[in-house]
Amino acid sequence: MSNVLVLVDHTGGTVRKTTAELLTIARRLGEPVAVYIGEGVQDALPALGQYGATKVIALTDPELTQYLVAPKAEALQQVAAKLEPAAILISSSAEGKEIAARLAVKLDSGLITDAVDVQEGPVTTQSVFAGNYTVQAKVTHGTPIITVKPNAATPEAAETSPEVEEFDVTISDAAKTARITDSKPREATGRPELTEAAIIVSGGRGTGGDFGPVEAFADSLGAAVGASRAAVDSGWYPHAYQVGQTGKTVSPQLYVAAGISGAIQHRAGMQTSKTIVAINKDEEAPIFELVDFGVVGDLHKVLPTATEEVTKRKS
Amino acid sequence: MKIVVCAKFVPDATADRRFRSEDNTVDRAGVDGLLSELDEYAVETALTVKENGDAEVTVLTVGPEQAADAVKKGLQMGADAGVHVIDDAIHGSDAVATSLILAKALGKLEADLVVFGMGSTDGGMGVVPAMVAERLGLPAVTLGSEVTVDGSTVKIRRDGDTASDTVEGTLPLVLSVSDQANEPRYPSFKGIMAAKKKPVETWSLADLELSGEQVGQAGAWTEVTEVTARPARTAGTIVADEDGSGAAQLVEFLSTNKFL
Ligand SMILES: Cc1cc2nc3c(=O)[nH]c(=O)nc-3n(C[C@H](O)[C@H](O)[C@H](O)COP(=O)(O)OP(=O)(O)OC[C@H]3O[C@@H](n4cnc5c(N)ncnc54)[C@H](O)[C@@H]3O)c2cc1C
Ligand SMILES: Cc1cc2nc3c(=O)[nH]c(=O)nc-3n(C[C@H](O)[C@H](O)[C@H](O)COP(=O)(O)OP(=O)(O)OC[C@H]3O[C@@H](n4cnc5c(N)ncnc54)[C@H](O)[C@@H]3O)c2cc1C
Repeated sequence: MSNVLVLVDHTGGTVRKTTAELLTIARRLGEPVAVYIGEGVQDALPALGQYGATKVIALTDPELTQYLVAPKAEALQQVAAKLEPAAILISSSAEGKEIAARLAVKLDSGLITDAVDVQEGPVTTQSVFAGNYTVQAKVTHGTPIITVKPNAATPEAAETSPEVEEFDVTISDAAKTARITDSKPREATGRPELTEAAIIVSGGRGTGGDFGPVEAFADSLGAAVGASRAAVDSGWYPHAYQVGQTGKTVSPQLYVAAGISGAIQHRAGMQTSKTIVAINKDEEAPIFELVDFGVVGDLHKVLPTATEEVTKRKS
Repeated sequence: MKIVVCAKFVPDATADRRFRSEDNTVDRAGVDGLLSELDEYAVETALTVKENGDAEVTVLTVGPEQAADAVKKGLQMGADAGVHVIDDAIHGSDAVATSLILAKALGKLEADLVVFGMGSTDGGMGVVPAMVAERLGLPAVTLGSEVTVDGSTVKIRRDGDTASDTVEGTLPLVLSVSDQANEPRYPSFKGIMAAKKKPVETWSLADLELSGEQVGQAGAWTEVTEVTARPARTAGTIVADEDGSGAAQLVEFLSTNKFL
């Protein structure tokens, strides 16, 4: 069977759930080979083996992580030249897409981004135009390069004990021309990650700047917190939590929109959620066109009462 | 300094966007279009750099006849000149092909700084800036939410999921900016009048020494095989909280659907 490369998404050896999803998808297309860039490959090994990586290619040159994405794309090109994979799968993060973009040009290959499903072929499914259309696509030239959105597959375990193979890369001077000069880590909130969460509670301009009720309700449900751009632009919540066209696209089991009108750009990021609930004091708000359940009312009254009730039922 | 802003003409997101049934490409002729709103942030960035130093700003678009409107909007905002690459063979280009056309045009324009938006509002892949940088052999600093250009050094702040980074590169360079970068200006009446006198060149593929086989559907390395409109959602239950029972009904709904 032919190799399918999966670029491992990790922070210092802790593998993200999206990688388990990619490995699961890769098994439909061939033999999953994990490509690990950076330090900590030994820490990552159990997780990569659990989801069926048959081999782990480790790239440890420190220059790979100092200079943004260009060296990483070069490295992947060199791995691809050696392994001649049937496809290359990368997470649909900002960095993942940028690596994929450079790689597509280097390999003279087609690129499909933001796949929500990938089946044998590979044939991809994308959700486009604010979720109003679903399209099937395929790469017709070169090595199919596909970036895959979080939650595109349910991780299925398939235990292997992969060997680690060190791989030496040559990085050109041209790839070292843009660099990170400073990095401030984001504080952890203790809540689930937005793009991976099963439940999300989002607040909009209707919160009036007080995200307390939104956070409390989210915590009672074990949910992640999101925000509309209006809330972010007002400085009420950090940009990393924005849901929508220029924020995160999410597709949780349950999405709760509180004090959010439902503008097309917001809908673009949450329309494919399985179940949608809204609390809005304006019964004409466009968000109500999407909901499975809606409450016309003041979120400052509804959310605290609902939080109490959920907590009571759960205890 | 020569700054080129790449600006895309896209179907209006608030209108009825659709695909052509004959070839599964986006219908760009039968629907209203406009300069992709996210490219307004790129134009604004270029104009700000110009105001803080000495620069000439050119707006570059690749697209059908109506795409001239994207160039026009850029000129009305304050750009100095426009280039519109137009050729029937371009229809159906994918991202790889589009980046080839843009890279050829940028080479001809000899840009020092190329500014992109974070993503188009139709394809929304967010990959064209990196593809163009790769083709031109240039560094790319992307998704800037704060941009400073000091001499030949370009510095951006980028807010990622796990960290807020400062990223630096030197000209010539490819830059892309997010919608957090600035507040795009509205064209003034003076700007609208002045735009009419500004030079706009139209280039064909031949002007870029490209053939029809390298672009369009012939040169696209991806193919859309099937398009399905999403079925309309069935109407949900909506309750009023007038009597204060909204929260209880909401929790009951969540419980019935096993979210608790
Ligand atoms: C290029 C572009 C990209 C964009 N990208 C995004 C994006 O990624 N994400 C995004 O969200 N937006 C995005 N937007 C902005 C979008 O168009 C809307 O402006 C934004 O989503 C509105 O946010 P909102 O719903 O919180 O605010 P509003 O539209 O002001 O709605 C607030 C709602 O709260 C309700 N409300 C007020 N008080 C209460 C209360 N006490 N209790 C209950 N309800 C109450 C009101 O009835 C109203 O419906 C983008 C816009 C553009 C042009
Ligand atoms: C719904 C949809 C899905 C698609 N999926 C794919 C896919 O998976 N793979 C694929 O290869 N193609 C795909 N395409 C085609 C692709 O969108 C076009 O080829 C497009 O020209 C380049 O990609 P983009 O619009 O996503 O641009 P992005 O990469 O999102 O654009 C980033 C920036 O590049 C600049 N730019 C982009 N296009 C132009 C232009 N024509 N003129 C000037 N500047 C420009 C702008 O500054 C823009 O802000 C898709 C198109 C649509 C409508």
